[in-house]
Amino acid sequence: MSYFIDRRLNARHKSEVNRQRFLDRYRTHIKRSVEEAVNRRSITDMERGEKVSIPARDISEPVFQHGPGGQRTIVSPGNKEFVEGDQLRRPGGGGGGGGSGEGNASNQGEGMDEFAFSLTREEFLDFVFDGLELPHLERKQLVDLEEVRPVRAGIARDGVPSRINIVRSMREAQARRIAMRAPIKRALREAIEALDAEERKDPVLRNPARITELKDEIERLEKRLDAVPFIDTYDLRYNNLVNQPQPSNKAVMFCIMDVSGSMTQSHKDIAKRFFLLLYLFLERNYEKVELVFVRHHTAAKEVDEEEFFYSRETGGTIVSSALSLVDSIITARYPAAQWNLYVAQASDGDNWDDDSTTCRQVLLKSLMPRLQYYTYVEITPHAHQALWEEYETVQDEFPERFAMRQIVESGDIYPVFRELFRRRSQQ
Amino acid sequence: MSKRTPISTGSDWNFEVLTTYEREIARLADEYRLDIYPNQIEIITSEQMMDAYASVGMPVGYHHWSFGKQFLSVEQAYRRGQMGLAYELVINSDPCIAYLMEENTLMMQVLVMAHACYGHNSFFKGNYLFRTWTDASAIVDYLVFARKYVTECEERHGVAAVEQLLDACHALQNYGVDRYKRPSPISADEEARRQSEREAYLQSQVNLLWRTIPTPQDSVEPLEGDDEDPLGLHQSGRYPAEPQENLLYFIEKNAPLLAPWQREIVRIVRKLAQYFYPQRQTQVMNEGWATFWHYTLMNRLFDEGKVDEGLILEFLQSHTAVVAQQGFDSPYYNGINPYALGFAMFSDIKRICQEPTAEDREWFPDIAGSDWLDTLHFAMRNFKDESFIQQFLSPKVIRDLKLFSLVDDDTEEMLTITAIHDERGYQRIREALSTQYALSVREPNIQVWEADIRGDRSLTLHHVQDRRRPLAKSVYPVMRHLHQLWGFPVKLASMEGDEIVRRYQWPLPEDSDD
Repeated sequence: MSYFIDRRLNARHKSEVNRQRFLDRYRTHIKRSVEEAVNRRSITDMERGEKVSIPARDISEPVFQHGPGGQRTIVSPGNKEFVEGDQLRRPGGGGGGGGSGEGNASNQGEGMDEFAFSLTREEFLDFVFDGLELPHLERKQLVDLEEVRPVRAGIARDGVPSRINIVRSMREAQARRIAMRAPIKRALREAIEALDAEERKDPVLRNPARITELKDEIERLEKRLDAVPFIDTYDLRYNNLVNQPQPSNKAVMFCIMDVSGSMTQSHKDIAKRFFLLLYLFLERNYEKVELVFVRHHTAAKEVDEEEFFYSRETGGTIVSSALSLVDSIITARYPAAQWNLYVAQASDGDNWDDDSTTCRQVLLKSLMPRLQYYTYVEITPHAHQALWEEYETVQDEFPERFAMRQIVESGDIYPVFRELFRRRSQQ
Repeated sequence: MSKRTPISTGSDWNFEVLTTYEREIARLADEYRLDIYPNQIEIITSEQMMDAYASVGMPVGYHHWSFGKQFLSVEQAYRRGQMGLAYELVINSDPCIAYLMEENTLMMQVLVMAHACYGHNSFFKGNYLFRTWTDASAIVDYLVFARKYVTECEERHGVAAVEQLLDACHALQNYGVDRYKRPSPISADEEARRQSEREAYLQSQVNLLWRTIPTPQDSVEPLEGDDEDPLGLHQSGRYPAEPQENLLYFIEKNAPLLAPWQREIVRIVRKLAQYFYPQRQTQVMNEGWATFWHYTLMNRLFDEGKVDEGLILEFLQSHTAVVAQQGFDSPYYNGINPYALGFAMFSDIKRICQEPTAEDREWFPDIAGSDWLDTLHFAMRNFKDESFIQQFLSPKVIRDLKLFSLVDDDTEEMLTITAIHDERGYQRIREALSTQYALSVREPNIQVWEADIRGDRSLTLHHVQDRRRPLAKSVYPVMRHLHQLWGFPVKLASMEGDEIVRRYQWPLPEDSDD
């Protein structure tokens, strides 16, 4: 009458479609929550989901119901002291609190004011990057088809032993064996039958010469049959691979930050978030993203992430030192033909006066032609200095690939980021 | 008591042990004449349980955002630990599908089998409402059909169009049931076979209705506005002639502008509402029956030495939590617990049969001292919550639960306690509680009054007020949904007796202050 079925290995996420439908329907609500979260969250926090609340009235599914008013009788359990005919004060709707303990046993159940649920990390990031597009991805795909990748392309007769397709090879061998052995087998069978017929004849009528001849023939045929090889080089088949050009799926992101004395920790925090957003963004669009951290004061140095964000330095500022270092790293390790190159620079705008022109030179001559995108954020409430002005000329030169913005406080980051990476088609 | 030879010890389970327990429970259930559909017991993970939960107990369902919302809220509650996941979920189908969660302890699995696979299962098979309104053997096929059809519509007409239609239908799904007429059972084969036929036929019927100028009938009460209609063109009687309580059915058959596929979807929602209709009316009975039997069967297993003390203690703790009833003034009070009330009532029926007191003989002359198993089966088969309480709520249960009733009248300043658990109050509490479970009282009574097929094609509904209770604000969004389906203005009048006390309409009039 009863049987058990183990369904545990069946597909989970049966509700996934419905879940997505819900998220789509309340996209605007959710986006608002996500944007607030991005502004509020600390840097180490970005990689998790988010709790989202939507006003319950916005997502209610209305049905005909009784509203308050009229006359109703309510039966409740747990009477302690009431007797028939007792009169009770009506529990106050808003602030009363009802010290008498009369819990108005409402069975209407208006429910909570907020409908709360959690987005997964993936969903959260999707919403963060909703409407954003990676700058100049198209260019790389159309022009720089430099990287090649081997792709399966059927079966070939030539190849290296490691790519032998055993099944196909054995099938060919079998076909060849059948084809080659069939006529021999037929001749052999005829010879055996003839010999048999000859030997069954009356001894007087036998032809000894014929018998010898047939025996030789049989022996010869059997040898030939044995000589048909089980497998021949002719049979071998190889999985064919052809090299197909592929758009590069690799990106490297250079983070450049000024760590001179004028950069306070709060400056660094803001920069940190900007880098993080860019990193998450790239990570979602490329299979592989490498990070290079370059920090500088008067001299630039490549460091690890920990040191980049948290160690303290003092001193003056020479921005071009960092740009030159990035330039040499690219030349040495990341050929532009194979890597999508991104640079994000954060600074408070201070620089040695005569260094800013050098920066412009390095950018125009050497860096910009190779980069996918260069973003510069200046974290300062003050007026711009020489560096900004020099960069403006760079922007004029490369309006599509050079972006710069000013950030005053951490709340600005996300809007600025969005603006920098807004979907190109909308422009 | 014979010496104890438990089937297993410890809280781990495996299929072999479960099968053995299941066989033992089946043997005992048979002694108690529990007639069941074959059980299909499925072991699932907690994630899958959330999925099952979100689809409101349908093993397959069409896609709709509201199920996604349900899923998110279940998931949220589960993550926060507010809610233990339901340890039982059982589907009224033949075979009867019950889910066991893999995280459950052995005790839980045995308890769920007794509760769902024998308790609920036999209720589904025996109770008259389920026998009348649902066809257990067809439901899964029908759900598959419905899902396929909705998906096809989404492909053909777009997800958004289907979603809006479903939103509108869901808003009215409680009004998609004929309460007093036996419906035809649903069957997927039948549906699929007749569907194209019906599409064409339906549309022709609708066209007919809206095209024909009916000949005036003899017995017609004159409508108001005679002066403006001297030729009596509008005096051909109301359509429909009788008020219709099944709103979705009326829309499916009469809405002027719906395309055939839209009528089909209205029908699907209506058929599913019909499938859930008995469950909405037998919550106390269904849970009470299942709880009574898991309690009885578990104790029998213990008496026979098939389970050890550890397991039965764990069971008792769990059972006690299930049937706990908080008092109205407790911060955890959340209405009357159907498990508690149902279990108390079925247990008390058994007591009345076995050890009747003088009071019982006075209140229940028919069943006091009768065969308890017969009486229990009789009660299970022939009642719904409303009538079950009306018939079987005993003074003892009222006393045990300390029930009292109170009247909240918006014309009075104070609330009045009208009855408590004493001699004078038993009958009144019984009636009040019975009424509280009557679907017709829980939900506003709304019927189709008139479709103005010769005029502006507006649809008028009548809401018959019950004890002056007005409609909640949600009436407006529901009217909007109704308007989407009907395609022309919809009006709703709240009636107190013959008098209209409040009018609603959609689209809202220009000068509306709402």
